[in-house]
Amino acid sequence: MFFLIFKRFVLGLITLFIVSLITFIGVEILPGDACTSYLEREAFGEALAACIKRLGLDVPAHERYLSWAFNVIQGDFGYSLSGQMQINEVLGPRVKNSLVLASAAIIIGIPLALILGIITALWRDKMPDIIISTVAIFSMTIPEFISATLLILIVAIWLEWLPGIVIVPTDVTFFELLPNIILPVIAIAMIMTAHMARMVRSSVIQVMASDYIQMAILKGVPYWKMVFKHVLPNALLPAINVVALTIAWLLGGVVVTEVVFNYPGLGRLVIESISNRDLPVVQALGIILASIYVSINFIADLLTLMLNPRLKTLQTRK
Amino acid sequence: MENSKNIFNENPKSSLAKVLDIITTMASKPSGFIGLAILIFHVILAISSPWFAPYDYKAINPSLMLNAPSSEFWFGTDSLGRDVFTRTILGGRTALTITFFGSIIALLWGGLLGIFCGLVGGRIDDIVMRIVDAFLSIPWILAMLLIVSLLGTTTEVLIPALGFFYGKGIVRVARAATHDVIAKDFIVSAKARGHSNLSIIWNEILPNVRDAILVEGAMRWSWMLLGFSSLSFLGFGVSPPTPDWGLMISNARGLMSFAWWAVIAPIVGLSSLIIGINLTADAFAKALGIDRSTKAPV
Amino acid sequence: MKTNIQEIKDLSIGFKSQKGKQISILRNITTNIRKGETVGIVGESGSGKSTLALAMMGYIKHGLFTTRGECLFKSQNLLSLNNKELEEIRGRKIAMIPQNAGQALTPNLKIGYQIEEALRLHTDYSKTEREKKISELLNQVRLPSPKIMALRYPHELSGGQQQRVAVAMALAGNPELLLLDEPTTGLDVTTQAHVLELLKDIAKDTGTSMVYVSHDLGAIAQVCDRVIVMYAGEIVLEGPVRKILKEPIHPYTYGLLKSIPKLSLAGLPDSMPGSQPQPGNIGSGCSFYDRCNFSNDKCKVNVPKLEYISEMDTSVRCFNHSELISITSEQKSKNHLQKEITIDEILDLKDVSISYAKQGIIDQFLNKVTDTNPTVKDINININKGETIALVGESGSGKSTILKSIAGLLKTKDGYIKFDKEKLLSGDLKKRNSEDLRSIQLIFQNPDESLNPNHTVEQILSQPLKLYFGLTGSKLKSSIAELLEKVRLGAFYMSRYPRQLSGGEKQRIAVARAFAARPDIILCDEVTSALDVSVQAAVLDLLQKLKEELGTTYVFVSHDLAVVKAISDRVAVLYQGRLCEIGPSKNVYQFPSHPYTEVLIGAVLEPDPDIKPKLVAEDIVEEKPPEIGCSFQGRCPRIIGDKCRNETPPWQIGDNGNAIRCHIGIEELKIQQSQC
Repeated sequence: MFFLIFKRFVLGLITLFIVSLITFIGVEILPGDACTSYLEREAFGEALAACIKRLGLDVPAHERYLSWAFNVIQGDFGYSLSGQMQINEVLGPRVKNSLVLASAAIIIGIPLALILGIITALWRDKMPDIIISTVAIFSMTIPEFISATLLILIVAIWLEWLPGIVIVPTDVTFFELLPNIILPVIAIAMIMTAHMARMVRSSVIQVMASDYIQMAILKGVPYWKMVFKHVLPNALLPAINVVALTIAWLLGGVVVTEVVFNYPGLGRLVIESISNRDLPVVQALGIILASIYVSINFIADLLTLMLNPRLKTLQTRK
Repeated sequence: MENSKNIFNENPKSSLAKVLDIITTMASKPSGFIGLAILIFHVILAISSPWFAPYDYKAINPSLMLNAPSSEFWFGTDSLGRDVFTRTILGGRTALTITFFGSIIALLWGGLLGIFCGLVGGRIDDIVMRIVDAFLSIPWILAMLLIVSLLGTTTEVLIPALGFFYGKGIVRVARAATHDVIAKDFIVSAKARGHSNLSIIWNEILPNVRDAILVEGAMRWSWMLLGFSSLSFLGFGVSPPTPDWGLMISNARGLMSFAWWAVIAPIVGLSSLIIGINLTADAFAKALGIDRSTKAPV
Repeated sequence: MKTNIQEIKDLSIGFKSQKGKQISILRNITTNIRKGETVGIVGESGSGKSTLALAMMGYIKHGLFTTRGECLFKSQNLLSLNNKELEEIRGRKIAMIPQNAGQALTPNLKIGYQIEEALRLHTDYSKTEREKKISELLNQVRLPSPKIMALRYPHELSGGQQQRVAVAMALAGNPELLLLDEPTTGLDVTTQAHVLELLKDIAKDTGTSMVYVSHDLGAIAQVCDRVIVMYAGEIVLEGPVRKILKEPIHPYTYGLLKSIPKLSLAGLPDSMPGSQPQPGNIGSGCSFYDRCNFSNDKCKVNVPKLEYISEMDTSVRCFNHSELISITSEQKSKNHLQKEITIDEILDLKDVSISYAKQGIIDQFLNKVTDTNPTVKDINININKGETIALVGESGSGKSTILKSIAGLLKTKDGYIKFDKEKLLSGDLKKRNSEDLRSIQLIFQNPDESLNPNHTVEQILSQPLKLYFGLTGSKLKSSIAELLEKVRLGAFYMSRYPRQLSGGEKQRIAVARAFAARPDIILCDEVTSALDVSVQAAVLDLLQKLKEELGTTYVFVSHDLAVVKAISDRVAVLYQGRLCEIGPSKNVYQFPSHPYTEVLIGAVLEPDPDIKPKLVAEDIVEEKPPEIGCSFQGRCPRIIGDKCRNETPPWQIGDNGNAIRCHIGIEELKIQQSQC
């Protein structure tokens, strides 16, 4: 089992390595280097030379990659072009804000998805299932920017219950942030919950149709006891990995939502840095977002390994 | 026993009859019927709208700024005085075209690479899947934004770029489907007879993974539409004054406290199309007997 | 007469088809289960027997519903009780032993917990008493070291052990009625015999009533007092086990019994035409009309009633049952003359060993041989032109592995395979030429897997014809029609898909595909084990006829000794990838034989309550063959000490040509085996 965990870990690292190569090569082969695309029409003479010097564009690409990668491992992403400050300083508060947003959505979303998924599966094809499933289809298909816009229109503009646009500096404290994140969290959690609930539903239905559940019924196990002891542990185990993939996939949605709400997180930084053609920051964002993806999946793998009796007993068998 | 998959149970039929059969099965459930109806409505609208659009979509008229819906302007006017109804019925054309061709590209490269990986297995499969995984772990929006911002927002850039990024998931599905199939005895039997690899792929594997890949492609289409609209919304999709729902929402959003109609009309257009495609893809999957609700949307 | 514990009255269960038509799975079932007796319910797949067993617990599967009738347990209709009331009965009054215990045990819960759960729900024992009781129950089902067993997860046990746990779980609530749904299907022959023995003892010790559902008349014969035969959702025959099996007065039962291969019978059993109708496709008259040899016009339009014949204590659903009474149930065998074997070698396996172990990269680099104990080892078999040689053994005996290596799907580690005296067959499929590939064809166990579900029969059969003979157009079509003719199917099958065919028809297509290549050798991998008994006989018959017509050589892999006896000229017995015995099939089934062959023969269940299996060895599951010594040392009932453990046994040739690989002398074996 230790070996399996180690293997997953190494695989994650390899993925990150390839990501770093892709982002680096991607930025490299696209037309124009960091300086020309940033400076645009002013890309000549002294300004260009200074920029090239600062970014070290005069050294060969592979050497640049090595030194960049070496610094990244130590947690140093270099300098941004636009703000002319350390990327770490730019990233720090943004990462924190985005994490607050995403974790809030996850903390609300996962339990809600579990409850809804289980309810819809147990009352399959009955009223609760039909209603919840219909709502879920709507909320998972409508893009975040639409649900976010509608939320602002209805809750903030028409009902005037909550602030619609987040107008706070980047380095706000957690409590100042709180009322502002309610709407963005709802927008993100809606789509995420719908996706996960659907998966939980079909996983539970699959287990309910299995021979061992029929056996448990024939054994005379009371219904709710059967659900909690025999159904859920077996239904939720395979769902863990799928849920992780969903969360990771929805990171893209966080970007859009942050823009709609003007929220000072990583998402807005993505748009800002791309609009400014600040390629070093883009590279850093690529690595960071990919690491989040890889770590979520790694955690899911760990959980599955720890909870699955088949894998738990692997080493005692051999 | 219930809901069995014998949709072509009786005597064998021509492929056209089979397609009709699948469509009938899809339309026999309310959700599939609604989905198909919405999708067909949108496709017809997209094709025919230029002929009956009441106004010029790019005619700016400052005197008609932000008019509420009226008998003259059914959906009101936007901040530049353009007719929202005209722009809404035209607003799906670009998105539908780009994502349709994007999905086909995604289907082709994703399907082929997936089948190849599933078939060869071993080390090559490991390496390719590791790279696909790495691509998956970069949020699509970051990659798309980067490409579009550096190469421009023309159709020639958008279609292949969207096709590439949305094909990754198809690789996984095609590979898994191929994996399931190649363990089956009819493949072993073909191998033992000495058929060439190409013949095995074409005759034995493809007919059996086709359904799964097509369903995935249909699903991708709705997600690609979502992605493309998000790009438009962020200002990285089509360029003004081309009417596009994502862009219209983005432009009208700032003024929605006084002119909500300019936001609502494109929202209804885009949402209904995405829901329509989604319901259709779901019904398609069910008609072919494929359960895809346990899969993550990667 | 004993009191009834369960009464089923006019029970019909069905479902709604997609077109809204109501289709019955069970039709007008009326029967009783008496206290203390064991009743067998027999039928082929799709006869409704499992649905009936579940209904006896008040359980109707999702999508099915009761259309009429009731199921009374102690005069309480189970089908009208609510869940709460059913929970009181299930597990406590009526318990179920499921078909596939491997899938019926909850994977995330330990064995001990699952048994304790049943005890907690249905008894008043305290916690310590329960723990004691778990050990007792595990002991009762003869599982070794119960304390350790209770801490295991289901996937850590072998199939036989899982089945025993399921039995223990069912016994926990001390039920008055035990329902057994194919409890031994899927187990190895020796394990099956042991589990049956256990069930018999339990019935005797506890006095519990049992309902034993099975397709296997051999198992039914061993455990049951009374038998109910089902066909297409109806009871067609019901009576005491001896009457049913020895004087079957229903044409279906009569035909079914005749179609079972038996050890006591030389040659192929009689086959029954056609297959059981699907629910919803049953004609207006007798459901067996299409396949019946005794039918007349009356049967076509009128449905016969279940009629009680008091002198036989038997109920029968047939207008013409009196005709059957006069027929003696004596079987005359079809004269499949076992060929005198002429030495004309077509395939020669010399010192073949096959290993599944993959060499690590470093070992490959250092050129180290890692696997000293390959899965299959020292296989020497000569196969003659036109003979049928059978490879027999339980799961893990390596019989299919050898078949795969002949087909070129697996590389041999050592040794070689020679074809047609001088041609060396490459272990690599890609290196074999088209002619060699054509000469050797495969037929697989399960036609559902071996036929491409997306191809029509025409497409399936055209593959080999196009590949080997380059046929196209009308020539291709006529060849396909000819092939279909050969396997007794009409040309109209061409445009059908496999899912539109019955199991037997599918396997015929697979046979036709193999013969399309006009091969010299056909490798048959358990080709009848996925089929119903009545269909199996017909497929065996077809294979035999084709062979006589075309002179094809068969290598026939099977776990079923009776089937092997019926079809083969020569038999090779394998254990753990090592040959134990090889010889003409009539000799292999006579003593002296290798102790493993003796164990296998002893475990065969004959559909005759007077022939009991002989259990001579434990049914331990061995994961790996022993490194040295005799492969069967772990389970051998006649083991003679260290010699068996340390030395590879020598080949000895018996009086009539069968070779036995054993340390015990031929004469000694003969004496020992004739004693028991």
